[in-house]
Amino acid sequence: MFYSFGRYILLLRLSFRKPEKFSVYWAEVMREMVSQGVGSLGIIAIISLFIGAVAAIQVAFQLVSPLVPREIVGSISRDSTILEFSPTISALVLAGRVGSSIASQIGTMRVTEQIDALEIMGVNTPGFLISPKIIAGVSMIPLLVIISVILGLSGGYIACLVSRDIAPTDFITGLQNGFNSVIVTVCAVKSIAFGFIITSVCSYFGFYTTGGALEVGQSATKGVVYSCIWILFGDLVISSLLL
Amino acid sequence: MIEIKGIYKSFGEKEVLKNISATFLPGKNSLIIGSSGSGKTTLLKCIVGLHEPTKGSVLYDGQDFTEMDFEGRVPIRKQIGMLFQNSALFDSMNVEKNIMFPLDLFTDMTRAEKLDRANFCLEKVNLKGTNKLFPSELSGGMKKRVGIARAISMQPKYLFVDEPNSGLDPKTAILIDDLISEITEEYQTTTVIVTHDMNSVMGIGDHVVFLHNGEKWWEGTNHEIAHTDNKPLNDFVFASKFMQAARAKL
Repeated sequence: MFYSFGRYILLLRLSFRKPEKFSVYWAEVMREMVSQGVGSLGIIAIISLFIGAVAAIQVAFQLVSPLVPREIVGSISRDSTILEFSPTISALVLAGRVGSSIASQIGTMRVTEQIDALEIMGVNTPGFLISPKIIAGVSMIPLLVIISVILGLSGGYIACLVSRDIAPTDFITGLQNGFNSVIVTVCAVKSIAFGFIITSVCSYFGFYTTGGALEVGQSATKGVVYSCIWILFGDLVISSLLL
Repeated sequence: MIEIKGIYKSFGEKEVLKNISATFLPGKNSLIIGSSGSGKTTLLKCIVGLHEPTKGSVLYDGQDFTEMDFEGRVPIRKQIGMLFQNSALFDSMNVEKNIMFPLDLFTDMTRAEKLDRANFCLEKVNLKGTNKLFPSELSGGMKKRVGIARAISMQPKYLFVDEPNSGLDPKTAILIDDLISEITEEYQTTTVIVTHDMNSVMGIGDHVVFLHNGEKWWEGTNHEIAHTDNKPLNDFVFASKFMQAARAKL
């Protein structure tokens, strides 16, 4: 375990060496941003809408009491969406979508000698292959999480409109009541940290793939599993430190 | 000129290369031959720096490559071109971008100049007009030729070729051999080819190094190979009935 962690740290260090040519690396960053950001928009939109709607319905179901103000459903939905559902669930889904793609892409390049070809040319391969993915991850995943928050809360509003358990106006009032801006900070920190974890951990497993097609699949699986574990661990650490 | 001196390479307990020394001259096709598992590809990877030798040194025109760090190796690596066994073309780039990639990274050429160079290299390997095709749209022989075009795009001083004829029909294999030989002669590159194809050995082997069980057993030219009494080499060269019949006629 310590050996793997040490190798991961060394790989990260190599990834952030001075680029051979900035313009070529920048083009890679842009390509990764489109792939990770635009490519994940659909799945993030769908899960956010549904999770937001389900959260509102379940909170409303559990708080059926004349002693509890109806607006509280909006407040709880808002806090749980911003603090947990949007950053963490999105990150877990993105670990599957973006992470497996990164690990299998780099792993395939390794087993088909494309990485060797880059090294022979004198390219710093970790820098060229990994740093654009990490930069794209830490910039696009927070943007996806912002979209997820907006769509999650919209999902809750739509659920109120459809189910009629809670009046939509009560939900909106609840969203505005007792807002503490620290939850936005926590959400931002989480999404940046998760973006880094997904891209770096999956790149690590892809980069050190040995063998053939079977091992590429195994690297992708390992990348996703370890990313998910580190996301959940990071979630705990960030929540306990910042809240 | 490339000199290798006393190269040893081990993977764990297993010693794959034992005390290999040789000199590869410019303008000559140097072939490293041997049966599967004899250590040919490992030796090639030690020479180009993909593997670090356990012991010994590799000298490029007198400069000790094995003693250099990553930054120190870059100027030499810019003078190296390599064709891999499976061509190793970048899947996400079309033919033109594959060839222009090293130019993008290491030169200040304008886009038009890079395009000219890519077209020149493609013309050299008889693949004019394939610029926009992706590797998945190419046949095995075409991939090898694009690999050669990419390898020569930076006008390398040293050309390394790993199993150039594997998976190719005899006619295409001869075409690839001729192409490599032509480039070696024209640009006076120091060319090192790893192969177990006897047609290549007899056709373009100016200098042949035979490896057996990780050791150098024989060194000479393709003309000398038929008359040697080295048993492992004879067993390797004349393994097929066709070669045995050819030898009987000599």
